[in-house]
This record gives sequence, C-alpha cells and structure tokens, in this order.
Amino acid sequence: MMFYRLLSIVGRQRASPGWQNWSSARNSASAAEAHSMALPTQAQVVICGGGIMGTSVAYHLSKMGWKDIVLLEQGRLAAGSTRFCAGILSTARHLTIEQKMADYSNKLYHQLEQETGIQTGYTRTGSIFLAQTQDRLISLKRINSRLNVIGIPSEIISPKKVAELHHLLNVHDLVGAMHVPEDAVVSSADVALALASAASQNGVQIYDRTSVLHVMVKKGQVTGVETDKGQIECQYFVNCAGQWAYELGLSNEEPVSIPLHACEHFYLLTRPLETPLQSSTPTIVDADGRIYIRNWQGGILSGGFEKNPKPIFTEGKNQLEIQNLQEDWDHFEPLLSSLLRRMPELETLEIMKLVNCPETFTPDMRCIMGESPAVQGYFVLAGMNSAGLSFGGGAGKYLAEWMVHGYPSENVWELDLKRFGALQSSRTFLRHRVMEVMPLMYDLKVPRWDFQTGRQLRTSPLYDRLDAQGARWMEKHGFERPKYFVPPDKDLLALEQSKTFYKPDWFDIVESEVKCCKEAVCVIDMSSFTKFEITSTGDQALEVLQYLFSNDLDVPVGHIVHTGMLNEGGGYENDCSIARLNKRSFFMISPTDQQVHCWAWLKKHMPKDSNLLLEDVTWKYTALNLIGPRAVDVLSELSYAPMTPDHFPSLFCKEMSVGYANGIRVMSMTHTGEPGFMLYIPIEYALHVYNEVMSVGQKYGIRNAGYYALRSLRIEKFFAFWGQDINNLTTPLECGRESRVKLEKGMDFIGRDALLLQKQNGVYKRLTMFILDDHDTDLDLWPWWGEPIYRNGQYVGKTTSSAYSYSLERHVCLGFVHNFSEDTGEEQVVTADFINRGEYEIDIAGYRFQAKAKLYPVASLFTQKRRKDDMELSDLHGK
Amino acid sequence: MPAPTQLFFPLIRNCELSRIYGTACYCHHKHLCCSSPYVPQSRLRYTPHPAYATFCRPKENWWQYTQGRRYASTPQKFYLTPPQVNSILKANEYSFKVPEFDGKNVSSILGFDSNQLPANAPIEDRRSAATCLQTRGMLLGVFDGHAGCACSQAVSERLFYYIAVSLLPHETLLEIENAVESGRALLPILQWHKHPNDYFSKEASKLYFNSLRTYWQELIDLNTGESTDIDVKEALINAFKRLDNDISLEAQVGDPNSFLNYLVLRVAFSGATACVAHVDGVDLHVANTGDSRAMLGVQEEDGSWSAVTLSNDHNAQNERELERLKLEHPKSEAKSVVKQDRLLGLLMPFRAFGDVKFKWSIDLQKRVIESGPDQLNDNEYTKFIPPNYHTPPYLTAEPEVTYHRLRPQDKFLVLATDGLWETMHRQDVVRIVGEYLTGMHHQQPIAVGGYKVTLGQMHGLLTERRTKMSSVFEDQNAATHLIRHAVGNNEFGTVDHERLSKMLSLPEELARMYRDDITIIVVQFNSHVVGAYQNQE
Repeated sequence: MMFYRLLSIVGRQRASPGWQNWSSARNSASAAEAHSMALPTQAQVVICGGGIMGTSVAYHLSKMGWKDIVLLEQGRLAAGSTRFCAGILSTARHLTIEQKMADYSNKLYHQLEQETGIQTGYTRTGSIFLAQTQDRLISLKRINSRLNVIGIPSEIISPKKVAELHHLLNVHDLVGAMHVPEDAVVSSADVALALASAASQNGVQIYDRTSVLHVMVKKGQVTGVETDKGQIECQYFVNCAGQWAYELGLSNEEPVSIPLHACEHFYLLTRPLETPLQSSTPTIVDADGRIYIRNWQGGILSGGFEKNPKPIFTEGKNQLEIQNLQEDWDHFEPLLSSLLRRMPELETLEIMKLVNCPETFTPDMRCIMGESPAVQGYFVLAGMNSAGLSFGGGAGKYLAEWMVHGYPSENVWELDLKRFGALQSSRTFLRHRVMEVMPLMYDLKVPRWDFQTGRQLRTSPLYDRLDAQGARWMEKHGFERPKYFVPPDKDLLALEQSKTFYKPDWFDIVESEVKCCKEAVCVIDMSSFTKFEITSTGDQALEVLQYLFSNDLDVPVGHIVHTGMLNEGGGYENDCSIARLNKRSFFMISPTDQQVHCWAWLKKHMPKDSNLLLEDVTWKYTALNLIGPRAVDVLSELSYAPMTPDHFPSLFCKEMSVGYANGIRVMSMTHTGEPGFMLYIPIEYALHVYNEVMSVGQKYGIRNAGYYALRSLRIEKFFAFWGQDINNLTTPLECGRESRVKLEKGMDFIGRDALLLQKQNGVYKRLTMFILDDHDTDLDLWPWWGEPIYRNGQYVGKTTSSAYSYSLERHVCLGFVHNFSEDTGEEQVVTADFINRGEYEIDIAGYRFQAKAKLYPVASLFTQKRRKDDMELSDLHGK
Repeated sequence: MPAPTQLFFPLIRNCELSRIYGTACYCHHKHLCCSSPYVPQSRLRYTPHPAYATFCRPKENWWQYTQGRRYASTPQKFYLTPPQVNSILKANEYSFKVPEFDGKNVSSILGFDSNQLPANAPIEDRRSAATCLQTRGMLLGVFDGHAGCACSQAVSERLFYYIAVSLLPHETLLEIENAVESGRALLPILQWHKHPNDYFSKEASKLYFNSLRTYWQELIDLNTGESTDIDVKEALINAFKRLDNDISLEAQVGDPNSFLNYLVLRVAFSGATACVAHVDGVDLHVANTGDSRAMLGVQEEDGSWSAVTLSNDHNAQNERELERLKLEHPKSEAKSVVKQDRLLGLLMPFRAFGDVKFKWSIDLQKRVIESGPDQLNDNEYTKFIPPNYHTPPYLTAEPEVTYHRLRPQDKFLVLATDGLWETMHRQDVVRIVGEYLTGMHHQQPIAVGGYKVTLGQMHGLLTERRTKMSSVFEDQNAATHLIRHAVGNNEFGTVDHERLSKMLSLPEELARMYRDDITIIVVQFNSHVVGAYQNQE
C-alpha cells in the first residue's frame, strides 16, 4: 500500500509546474490519497526528512535488515533542496572519504532504475575541471592522483583535448584540465523517489505532510518523537532535515547542536540551443571562473559559488518547502559574465529561468553525520555543502552501517558530528562562517589554510601577549593557537599571496624556532589541549580507566602513561597521556578536537556511579610547553628545585611552585620527543608564570615558538597524532605502539580481544615514516597529506601527514603501507620485512619522489648532548 | 584701517577685503588680465569697465585657450585620488529627513539633500532651508551672490523670516509683538536645517531683528481686520521687496557701530539672486529673483523622467525681461539699458537683491560713499557709476512667483544656482537625480517573466546596471551626485574621474575660470501623501 501512496505523491508533483525533468513513466499513478492513515505509535527508527538523505538512509537501513522504520516528511517527498538540485554527480572531491561516498553514490544511482523501475535520468556525461592557473592545475593533479588509486578513472588533459570534448568552450586561457569520464548527471528528485520506493517495498513506512515537532529524550536516550499528527515511540531518530536540521536539533529539551547554515544559491536554465546539446555533453567545472555548466534538455544549466554569498534563514524562518525564492539577476551578473567568457557562443541563447535554491553549508565545508554526543540514538545526516546528490548514496550507507553495526566501514571522523561542540552553534558564528565557506567551494585549496571568520572565540590568557610578539594564529576547535612568531624586522606576504603548494614564506621563521628548540629552549602555548580529571572515592576511577585504556594505569603516583582509548576493534578512539595525580585521581590530556568525542565516549562507557567524577578542566589550565635542552635550567632556577633526570625522571608529574605561583602541575614530557616540560598552570597564574619563564629564560636564549615548529619536530621523530595519522580504524599494533599496550595487565579492556587476534595474525597495514630523497625543498611541490605511496611501483597506501625536518634537511611523510595482493587486490599481512624490502615513491600531484621507508624514528635525533668539538662561536649568541 | 577690521571680523579674508576695496573683480585676477587680453569676463557677474567688455570672447574660445595655456604652464601632473575627490565633493553636503510621526509621514516632503561646491574663494553662493513653525510649510532657497558674499549671506539669513512673518496671521503677529514688548519669550517662527558651515552673523543680529520688527509692526498696523486669508504669492513678493528695501535703507541710515556700518554698506553694494520654494502640502510656490532656477522632476508613466521649469531666468535670454526693462525706461535708453546681454553692460542678472549701484540715484550713491567709511571711499568699484545711468532704479528684487499644485508623479524639486544650469541641461539634471533617487530606494529587480531574453542581452543589461549602481552608491546625497556629474561629466554623459580630479584640483584663482559656484538643493516629495491630498478633494 505504501508503494501506491508514494506513486500518488509522484503523480501530484508531475502536475505541479515544476521544471524538473519528470519522466513520463509515472503517469499511471492514481488515486488513493492516504492522509487519513494514522501514524504508527511505535517504531525502531524514525527518520525526519524526505529528501535524498532521508530516503538514502531508509533505503540502506532496510537493505541491511532493519524493517521497523518510519520516514516523516513535513512537505512532500523530494521537494526541498533535493528537488532544486542541479543534478551533477561528481566524484572529484578533496577528501578521500568524500571521493568514496561519491563513487558509491554513482554506482548506486547507475543501477537504481533497473532496481526500482523508476527513471532517474541517469546519464554518464563525464565532467571536465578546468584550470586557468598553474596552481589550479596542481590542485587538480593532486585530486587526480588520489582518484586513480581508489579506482576512479580520471586524467589530466590539455586545453586542446578539452576543446575536442566540448566544442562550445573557449579554451584559450586554460593551462590544462582534469577529465573524469564516469561522472554523471541525474535527476536528484527522481533518485530520492526511487530510493523511497525501494525502501517502501522493503517495509519502510513513509508519511508526508507530517512535521516533527521535537524529539523526546529520557536519560540521554531517544525515546520517541512528537509530530503534528501524534507521537511515535522509537529507539533511534535520524535528523535528515537539511537546512532545517539546525532548528530541529535545537527544538529538543536537550538541544543537539548541528552547526549548519543556508545560503542562497543561483543557477541559470536556458532554452535548447539551435542544435540542441546532446545529453552526453560533459559537465564543466570552471572553478577559477566560479561556475559549473551542464547540459540540460538541449540547453544548459549553469550556476556557481560567488564571492559574496547571501546567507538566508538565519533567524530560522521555517517553511514547508522551499518556495520559489526571488531571482536576483544583479547578484548573478559576475557568474553570467564568467559563463559568457567560457562559452561566448551562448550570447544568443534564450534564458528560461534563474533558479534560487538555498544550499546548506557547514563551518568546515564537510558534511555532518553521526550520533549526537549528548543524546544516544539521535543520528544526524545533513549539511552537504551543495554536494547532497554526490554524497547521498554513500553517506546514507555509512550512517546505516553506523546505526546497525555501531560504526561505519570507513573512518568518517572528518565528517563526524562530534568534531563540533556547542561552541559552533551560535547563529552569528554560522552566518559569518558560511559566508566564507561558500566561496571556498571554488577557491584554491592550499595547505595550511585557516578560516578567517569566526575567530578569537576561545583564547589562552596569554593571547594578547603572544599576539604583541608577532604570533600568527591558527584555529582548532575554536581555540586560537600560535603557528609561528614573526620577528619584528620580518614581513610576510599578504594572506592571499601566501597561498602556495610550494615552499611557504614562513620557512625561515619556523627553522629558527626549531633550531632554538633543539639548542636552547622555547615556549609553546598549548592551552587548547583537552584536559579531563577523573576522580573517585575508592578504586572506581582506576578500575574504569583500566577497562577503557589499553596501557596499564596502575602505576605509582606521579607517573605519566601514554595510552590509547580503544574501541572493540582495537582502533584508537582517542590517544592520550594520563598522569596519576594520586591513588584515586587521574589527569588526562587529549588532542584539542577530542573535547566532545572523548567526553561522549567516557560518559557512554562509565558506570553511572555517583562516587566516580569526570570533569572537563580544559578551561582551568593554561598549558605551556618548555621545549629544549635548557628547559631544565629555566625550571630549576624558577623553582629552586633540582630538575635533573635523577630527581625528575622522564614521564613524571609533580605539583610544584614556579616563581611565586604554587600548584603548577609540571610534567617531564613534551609532545615532540625533545627534552622539556609541560606546565599545567591554573589560569590566574598563567601570565605570571609566562613572564617569569621568559625573563629567567633570557640568558638561556628562550623564545616563543608555534605549532609549525612543533609539527616539524614531532613528525621527524615519527610521533603520530590522533585525528591526523591515526583514527578509530588504526590499532596500536599498526602504528608500532605495542609497548603502549599491556595485553597481560591482569584485566580485560575494550579492544583487547581484537588486539590479541591481530597479534596472532599480524597487521594488514603499518604506519611508516618516509624520508623524501630526491626532493628539492626550494623548487619542488611540497607534500601535504593524502599523497599516494607506491612500493615497487604498486600503490600501497596514502600519506597522513608531512613536514620538513630541519635536522634531516629532508621532507618527512607519515603514511600507511598496505599489502594488496597482486592478483585479487585483497589485503594481506604487512610484515616489517615487507616494508623494509620495498623501493618507495610518493606521488605529489603526479610527480613521484623516491622515499626511504622507516619503521622506527631516526636515532640520531634523540641524542641530546652535543659533542664539545661541535661547539662554535655562534652558540654564544642569543637566539 | 584694514587691520583692525580683519581682527574684528576674521570671516572677511584677504581676498574678500581686496574685493571690497575696489578693483574687486579685476584686481583679484589682475595677473590674468595682464597676461592675456582674453579676460574671461563673460563668466563674471560684473564687467567692471566697459572697455574690457569689448574683449569678451565666446566661452568656447576662451575655454580652449585657457585650457591649452594651463597645460603649458603646469607641466607637473597632479591627480586627486577618488577618496580625495570625495572628501572635496562631500565637504558641504547636508541631508535632512522630515521626521515621521507615529510611523506615518504626514508631510508632503520626505526630506532634502543639499550641497555646494565653491569656485570663488570664499564661495559667494548661499543656501537656506527651514520649516515654518507658526504656519505650515517648508522654505528652501538658493542665493547666488556677486561682488562678494555679503548680500547673499544677509539674504540667506533674513529672507525666510520676512516670508514667515508675511505668512503669519494677524493674531500671531500681535502675540509676538506683545511678547517683545513685555519681554516675554518669543514664539519660534523658523526651524532651520543648516550645515555647520552655514553661519549666521551674530553682530548684525540685533539690527536685523529691529528691521524685521518694524516690518511686522507695519503689518499689524495695516491690518484692516477684513481678510484673514493670506495669499502666499503676495506674501512672497512682499517679503522679497521689503527685505531689499530694508537692505537699502539700512545702508542709507548707517549704524553708529563702525563695523556694522561697514557691513550694511557691503551688503547693499554687493548683490544676490534668490530662488525660494515654499512647500505646503500640495501647494508649491517658487519665488525667483535672478537667474537661479527651480526644476521639477516628473516621472512619466513609462518610468522616464521629464523636467518642468518652475521659474524664469531674469537675464538677457528672457525676452519678457528685456521687454520689461525697455518699458520701465525711456525710449532713449533702449539701446543702453541692456548691452552685451548685461544690464547697463555690466550685470548679468536683471533682478537682484542689493546692488544699490543700480538702484539709487547718483546723488544718493555719492552721498553715502562720501559719508561712509574710508574703505568704501577708497574702493574704485563702489565709486564707479554705471554708464548711461539716467533713470534709476534699473534693478529690482521683486520676484516672479510660480504656483504648482503637486501631483503624485512630481517626485522632486531641484533648486540650483546658475553654476549648475550652465554646465548641464535641465533634462539631464532631472534624469540623473531621478535615476539616483529611484536607484537608492528601489532598484527594481529584473525578472525574465515570459519575455524572450538572450544571455547576451541580459549580460549587457546587468553590466549597465552595475556601472550605474557603483556610481550611485558612491554618493549618499543627491546634490553631491549631481555636482559629481556637473563637474566630472565627459562627452558621453558619464563621470570621468580624471576630469573630475583636474577640475577639483584647480588652484583657487583659476577655479572661477572653469566653473561658477554651484549650490543645489534637491527636495524629495512623498508621493503617497501627495496622492492622498489629491484623493481628499
């Protein structure tokens, strides 16, 4: 019955004066208005939103065997952004996970018509990405390298070839292009209807004209939804409400923050050309001209991402469907100019319509999926940054896997809702940030680019002091962190000019900071790190930590343990350092962006025990890292306490006084492998301690340093960072951290079984350090991350991070090596021998550089003392 | 005794003094007169000596000539940046919006924009705007001074009071007079809307008040108690004539205070034209004396703009004025009363305030000058009697009053001194202001609708709209926008920055060669209110 209902919806939409290419096959749909049908009172899953996301989630859940699913749509199915979507499916994305989602979507839509009988208008046109500049071509080459290794055909082509593929294009100003032949165009509304139809046949119940008012939550768990037609009890709720997802999230008693914001988006439809364009005409993306162009019913459809976007619905103006918003030709003028420059012959082509179709954008230009950290069973899939059609299939699949299996089959941390906190939910922030994000869609994406809007939200108490000393800032999770310090006599390029794939202009500045870390002492403000305290009345804290962490935490008071918080599969949910402050109290330091994720994970797994207290103390402490051989001198002079390794061994934590301030947590560790200390300072003492350190440190050559120096230091020593190099699909054994796992610590812990199995069977991938050999730092493209790694000419994995090592005077990349079977492509065990016996190359934008693989860090970097005959006069200079 | 005067009255700058000490006009430009026989006298209000008049050349010739000369003698090129240009153009801009009460704007005037650009140093133009407090309506006026700014300054301060008093009903006049008599607080008559640069002279305030009081006392005495209806046209004419009369009288009587004595003489011996609009609901009166102009901007049904002139220029281009002058003087003077398009071969406007040299008898002139302060006596210009001066007065301040009943399609009124009208055609003025005002308030969004539009056509249209918008958005003031066009327009009717920059960077003494002082007031009407008035009747 549901299927008939659905078809009636399709019938209605056909009658409406929609311009979309509705297929005629569905005319037969008849009758049976089902408004009277009552909502069920109970379901396992309620999905809110009948666009491509909601229907895709319903489709995949039902395919995976979940049947008790209700999908609610406030207006009509496929009537929101989905209906107005330009219908371009493009796999050329910057993130590998996005490429994979788009690739899956492409394959899914391709066979959807066959599966459901509903025409989707799927046509494989291919797409061409134009480069007007060399930098754009580099960007395309990087994407091209990565597309090829995951099996999506693509190639870099000459302007001449472009002209052959599309006869209307003016190619005189092009330096090259990328051709992706298997990209497609498809009617997104019909795809959503087809997915809904298939889901309906699998038992999913679909109700339109039904609005979700709010989600009912009890004890942090979804219990049901309140709609305008009654209540439905459920275990899972999926928010696929598109641009209304933010409002819907806030409507709960316990709000779920889903940071996204809509902007108006315009595209143009024309009447057919005199000789109508063939439906196989490739789609053009001219990012430098800020436009895309596809064939549409013999004419063209062309839109773009302008420099001055118009955010909309900031006040949360709700409406059933996106009504036809006003066309704004004046706003479209730059894009129209760009179009006519690209295709001059279109001058005489007649306009049909300018469509205004709001699109949703997120603060970091990546979509949002996953479970709410605050409410269990509350899932989200929204914020597609105008790539809803491309991601729809894949994103729906991953979310369904997440719900059914507890985790998706790929690492989706980059898209996880938990990468955001409540701090990104301000309307003002979102409005300002999306105005930067939307133009960024077609801006050149270069390494180390920082957002300029929505800044200076969370800052260290030292912010002004550091800023006055030339600090340049980057932002992580809303927290400002210094990148490097520009000396007073030095001038850097303007922001826009400093965009480069080559050697950056701060190279010398960071070099001197690194040198100072190695030879004297530097201070780095690392206050952004997430800091938790876990205390209990008895042994509960130790017990729960022993269960949650893989290393043995039953250590003497004052010891620090590096350990991982693993999932059932043995993968890292978090990588942290834990100090035992006393018998019943632990201090836990995690990466900055773990604040929401780690908290949610701990809350989920900790027993509800009032004797066990978990507290987020991130805001209470300012963290200063003293790095370098002279750190010990500075600190002992400030505390009148001996700080030598005999008195203060490595990985040790002590509360002591520094200057006048008491109660400073001093830890003999750094995050880079250099000698030094971390000081955790109650914030009211931060300025005092900083001033004391700087004034005493003067005679030891102290200076400020930033995260770029830190990054260079940690990567050259093969220190992997969570979220960048390792994630929830990486086990300690795969990144050479067997020593941080105590399988036999006398009790079970999460992930132990998986690790035991892995220890027995061997690992299928291995984090490896690569030192680039024939790479010219001044002239060659710099590695970034995501570059394919080739072993003996065979693709074996991708890099995860890279940095220039000022000590080795080489670029160092970290990355995973797999062992794909030459015959079947199946993953095989990776042994140390396999790694050591290969010849390696790293592919940077199509150029392959030879690299030496190393499983262990370069030992010479750890020798702390310099020989006497190495000393020279310049060592006497202040740094 | 020039020094103490300067100390007393810093507003009189050096050049101003030199002008008053006689030789005013040509002394000031003496170096030019010497270097070139082609004195650009045609652009000056006065031709001080008939001998010079014969050297007059058509404007165009002079233009080419001086321009060429300028290039030759100033080899260094000097351009103002757009922000510098803007700061010059915007220095005197002023905007007034009629406040809305209870969210409803009951006035037929939305507000006005005004601005002026000096060419003389100091500027001789003046402007005034005020709301009548004891009667309804608003007064707006531009005043173009010549032979100094004393007269235009005095008229700009005083005329609106004379008009307001002329409009006041008998009871109100009595109430005011009684209040003065008994030393009570006076009813305020005018609410001025002034730019900070628009000053009033404190020193003469008492003298001016006394003259005004005499006027209303006479009005009280003359009142027969019959008609209470006050005719605006009559009131305007009376006010103009009365003020000019007072100016003349004050100069004849003199003042014991030597500074004031000198001031009233300067006012009387210099001159000023006036163009004043009185707007009360849908009733628009324009009183004009001289060659400033009032222009109504009318939007036709198709959206295009047309200009309706609401005043007649009183100069040699006006046949009726020529006729009038000939009739007022004996036939024997028919050839001499207007020579070279000038009154007695000297004065361009045929009606003006002040200018007693064209009004007083020769005896009176001689007597006043002789008894006047030394400065006046030393001034060759004031001593100089116009040629063929047989049957004074030759000049009057009596205005020509035009009445217009506002219609919803009447969108705005432009009042401007001849500095604007001699550079721009009235049709262009109205079009530029009209497009500016509509652009500011509702740039109609384009919709394709059912029309056949090609991408190329749309692109052309959008590009045109964008260039228009960008020039419009530079100015927040319609008068400034108009000045930008008046000074910077190239042959294609669009603002040319290079030209604008050149024109604005002319040295003080050269500026007057290229352009006159420009003063503009743009009054915007509220079509809804005007339409409502129409429906009421």
